[in-house]
Amino acid sequence: MAGLEQLLASREIAVFAGSGGVGKTTTAAATALMASTHLGGKVLVLTVDPARRLANAMGLRSFGNIETPVPAEAFEAAGIRPRGQLWAAMLDTKASWDDLVRRHAPDPRTRDRILANPLYENISGRFVQSHDYIAMERLHEIHSSGRYDLVVVDTPPTRNALDLLEAPERMAEFFTSRLLRLLTAPSRSRLLTLASRPFYEVADRILGSQFLGDISEFFSLFQTMEAGFIERARAVQRVLTDRRTTFAVVTTLEAAPVAEADFFIDELVRGRHHVGAVIMNRTLPQAMLAPSAAGAADIVRERSDELAAALLDGPDAATAARVLVEIGANFRNLELVARREAEHRRRFAGRAATLAEVPWLAEDITDLGGLSRLGEQLRRPVDPSAG
Amino acid sequence: MGVAPPLLDRRLLFVTGKGGVGKTTIAAALGLLAAREGKRTLVCEVDAKGNLADSYECGPLAFDEREVQPGLFAMAMETEASLREYLSLNLKLPLLTRIGPLASIFDYVAAAAPGVREVLTVGKLCWEVRERNYDLVVVDGPATGHVVGHLAAPAGIRELVSVGLIRNQTQWMLDLLDDPAVTGVVVTALPEEMPVTESLELIERLDHETGVDLAQVVVNRVLPELFGRTEEEVFDRLREPWNTMRLGELVGSPVGPLLDAAEFATSLRRSRVEHIGRLRDELAGRVPMLYVPELFSRTHGLRSTRRVADALEAELL
Repeated sequence: MAGLEQLLASREIAVFAGSGGVGKTTTAAATALMASTHLGGKVLVLTVDPARRLANAMGLRSFGNIETPVPAEAFEAAGIRPRGQLWAAMLDTKASWDDLVRRHAPDPRTRDRILANPLYENISGRFVQSHDYIAMERLHEIHSSGRYDLVVVDTPPTRNALDLLEAPERMAEFFTSRLLRLLTAPSRSRLLTLASRPFYEVADRILGSQFLGDISEFFSLFQTMEAGFIERARAVQRVLTDRRTTFAVVTTLEAAPVAEADFFIDELVRGRHHVGAVIMNRTLPQAMLAPSAAGAADIVRERSDELAAALLDGPDAATAARVLVEIGANFRNLELVARREAEHRRRFAGRAATLAEVPWLAEDITDLGGLSRLGEQLRRPVDPSAG
Repeated sequence: MGVAPPLLDRRLLFVTGKGGVGKTTIAAALGLLAAREGKRTLVCEVDAKGNLADSYECGPLAFDEREVQPGLFAMAMETEASLREYLSLNLKLPLLTRIGPLASIFDYVAAAAPGVREVLTVGKLCWEVRERNYDLVVVDGPATGHVVGHLAAPAGIRELVSVGLIRNQTQWMLDLLDDPAVTGVVVTALPEEMPVTESLELIERLDHETGVDLAQVVVNRVLPELFGRTEEEVFDRLREPWNTMRLGELVGSPVGPLLDAAEFATSLRRSRVEHIGRLRDELAGRVPMLYVPELFSRTHGLRSTRRVADALEAELL
């Protein structure tokens, strides 16, 4: 089975998806580092909300919306000689929305009125899953600039993994929808059709006419960007199904993230997206599944006094007996978790071109060296049927 | 305004946390614990992922609440259903039946007016509290990034909307939300870097953007301490190749994996203790912290929920 490196060699975009807390951001950064080290070229990791420690690990004090190269000193300190370059950028939703408005507003006056509208910030932050859309939009912008050989994208935590895939389509639909026509109708004409009058009567009683008017004006302004937005949303949508794009689904081997990963893979397949990799993160070593080890764990617990006395003398023997009991119990605890993980691991067999697995590291990643070791783990393809 | 009572004596608890920290488990366990204490309790899942139903093994939940354990009711939030209920209670519009599917109105209102969706969620929960339908309402809330949007929505709506029914309806909600005797937020964290950082950021935002009281911080999945100081020294001696080999011979099979597992658990705990320390230092005694141990089963069925409830009970009562 081909590894992640092989997969990325033929792709320009890798989208990292998965439920919250599974380590998407870190694995995306490690993958980008691995690709820049082994494949060369110019690699960008576009991340949503990097931990300060991760930014530090990449030798960056912080990264904003602006693409920033990981400094050579950070590579030198870690003893890595990359063939290519590694860049990082963060997704700033508000700044990206502003850019989008600037690009698509028909004239400076409309642009300024939109940006100054009190509803703009609220609405740009909320409606039609705007974070998801902005993430995909920014990806398209960066990819089409041709500045990078590979863009690795970390995605925002979504309530539903599907939101991410459907966001561009929803954005396009929004501009052509009856909803937007209804929203802008009062400012276009005071004459309401007989059919829509009850609609406004209810809305009016709930929201008040002043607020209704504000909303209406805002969406009328927004509608001036219709053509640009629709075209853009369609282009973003095309990028996601492009054969140069692949998806990596990141998950731990716990029940809830696995169920979500499973569902997401199904949806990716249904939408004709390329499911390049399943990355199983923070797993326990499979050595814990050896039956002989489980037997040994029971023996050290049951015969702790006798074993301790045979190994050490005096008061140390009493301490050692307690230590052995703890060692045995701890192993049985972790083994139980490892068994559940093995069941989940089997479910991912054959579900993606590549399976990768990262063992649960007891220490946090604090430098590029740590990120690089993670990247090396990711290079190794795994056999899901083992254990 | 009242003085903050013990956690389960409040009336409305919003449980939140970064994705993946187990906030549904904590919310489910708090509900179970309250019901065991004889309180008529409602637990509401806001994110509609279905995890709450897994915690109680009760089958899919709907907007209409259902008794899942004695004295314990569970529901899943649906903002459209909440709007429907709200309109039928407040507007008394016979007209409603004539204006076609409510969904289109709802889409309109929710997409257009920022915070409306959130207000409908919070409003429904506050309403259950106001009507005294339950002694306690526990909310399996939105994740850290979204919960402030919910709790700040009533005040936000008041600022944006100068007249109208929605504005009139926000004051009583604020009265409930801003009263620490009634409402509290339970922040759930894992002893890891990002969950701790996000929890601290959330607490700051709650203070700045809402009047809701921070009731409790729960640290989930705390690893037990395997060894004390002297035991650790003895463990290090057991790790010496000679002793490891002897032990293997005495046991009759290699003990390397056992010692590796103990080493792993010890260093994982060490790195987690560091994060707990950071959280504790930053909170500086402002709210009590509860610790829920790692349960080593990684299931989230009723049995596991009960065990978490037991752990919370031991800390709380």
